[in-house]
Amino acid sequence: MRATAVIAINVFRESVRDKVLYNLVLFAILLIGASYMLGQLTAGQDVKIIKDLGLAATSLFGLFIAVFIGIGLVSKEVERRSIYSLLAKPIHRYQLVLGKYCGLVLTLAVNVAVMAAALYLVLAYMAWGVAPDIMRAWDAPATDPALLKAVALILVELMLVTAIAVFFSTFSTPILSAAMTFGFFIVGHFSTDLRNFKDVVDSSAAAGLARGLYWVLPNLAQFDVKSAVVHGQTVTAGYLALAAVYGLAYIGMLLIGSVAIFSRRDFK
Amino acid sequence: MTRVGAIAGALMMLVAVVQLQGARERLYPASESDPDAVYVTSGTALRRLTGAYTALAADVYWVRAIQYFGATRRRLAEERSRGPEPPPALAATPDEYPNLYPLLDITTSLDPRFNIAYRFGAVFLAEPPPGGPGRPDLAIKLLEKGLAERPDKWEYMEDIGFVHYWYRHDYREAAAWFRKAADIPKAPWWLRSLAATTLAQGGDRASSRLMWQGIRESAEIDWLRRDAERRLAQLQVLDDIDALQKRVDAFASRPGGPFTDWASLVRAGAFPGIPVDPTRTPYDLDAGGRVRLSSASSLWPLPDEPTLLEARPPS
Repeated sequence: MRATAVIAINVFRESVRDKVLYNLVLFAILLIGASYMLGQLTAGQDVKIIKDLGLAATSLFGLFIAVFIGIGLVSKEVERRSIYSLLAKPIHRYQLVLGKYCGLVLTLAVNVAVMAAALYLVLAYMAWGVAPDIMRAWDAPATDPALLKAVALILVELMLVTAIAVFFSTFSTPILSAAMTFGFFIVGHFSTDLRNFKDVVDSSAAAGLARGLYWVLPNLAQFDVKSAVVHGQTVTAGYLALAAVYGLAYIGMLLIGSVAIFSRRDFK
Repeated sequence: MTRVGAIAGALMMLVAVVQLQGARERLYPASESDPDAVYVTSGTALRRLTGAYTALAADVYWVRAIQYFGATRRRLAEERSRGPEPPPALAATPDEYPNLYPLLDITTSLDPRFNIAYRFGAVFLAEPPPGGPGRPDLAIKLLEKGLAERPDKWEYMEDIGFVHYWYRHDYREAAAWFRKAADIPKAPWWLRSLAATTLAQGGDRASSRLMWQGIRESAEIDWLRRDAERRLAQLQVLDDIDALQKRVDAFASRPGGPFTDWASLVRAGAFPGIPVDPTRTPYDLDAGGRVRLSSASSLWPLPDEPTLLEARPPS
């Protein structure tokens, strides 16, 4: 456990050294710039657009971090041959995989938390001085705490994407791992189409295969409640809990797979 | 190379790049930009393409719709100010805004709960040429799309009634929609009186005033509120002109009349000073002694006053 934590903290430190957190500055500039530009470009709805933009940017920035750092977590050590010195230490291979994964999740969590705080700050600024009757017409208050529900599910989704990236990086090249992870991300958002495949094909075998894939592939669409919270629609605690537990179970499955593959891998 | 040298060199190159671009633009002016085009017209296709970011894509299309509407409107106004004024029927055709409805349709397909895109978009679409495409039918279609998504949204029903009232002068249909809106739980009380007044006296100033006051009350953004206030000020101007005309006509038979300028009327004691509209712009008095709103006023031109509808019982 201690070894896993040490590895995780080192991964976080490495990401700070690699200037991964610079994306936060980009995020802040994007939000502040957008809040100014939107006033010039749109007629009303600035707060809605900033919420959409902030949540989408949180998800997109996180996705790129999860994929591009996730695929290198293990493969980089192999490429640099530092894996030999690591494995020579008194740690198990599973601790290395879990430590790497937890370290990246910590980086993502810090990112998402800071982005959420920045989003709330910009929203509070935009709502400042707005007439109460205009505010009443908004679907949801500017600094609606329900936004945190979307942020929480974005984090769970990013954790899952990281697990996918780590899984592929244990046996594949970085480029292939990135392609596969992005592929899973895209398929994961269209899994409902797989469920409804029987409506567009006559072949029962194809429909059955699609149905099977629907259950097996990660369903990432359920983590997307961005639009719902922006429009002030209710996202129940039960839904949040179910989606989060689903995500954690899938992550567990991927990490078990990653550990199993990595433990059997021959680095000679 | 020292650090300062490198920075100076980079700055010099930047200056050179700017100068070269300027020279190229002077020598080979860029052609007119391509006309605005909507390459993907299917909202469903775009929904698929944008995946988890449909709401953000809807925002992008919404900004595009606003910019497209504003730019076209401005271009038509500039063309109008340059050339001789065309007859109103030829001032602009619906073809001048061909992409407006597709942009709004895509916006609302990407984000079916994009409230303001329905309400604002309907105003854009219904606005008569040259200020808009003059398509109340599409405005109603857009609002009905919104109603299909949110059947409890009394504001959309009010807006449909508004389009029937203001742009189609179909007061029976307008009253029916106002009544429908009034039946929705939590709808404001004034919708019921608006429905009754519209049915009884559709098209007169009192019902117009009531409608615009209602829109001002329910406006969710400043632009709609300001527009409603402007329309209310125009109604005030119509009342003012009637009162002023009465006074001018009354003084026409007096010594020195008929009067064709304000200064003479002020000297004759008809008015304490030159009358001004709510924007503090003096009213015009033409050679025939008719009082008019000055074209310099921001309230110009005044709306047409539709003929009164014969009161009909509800259908």
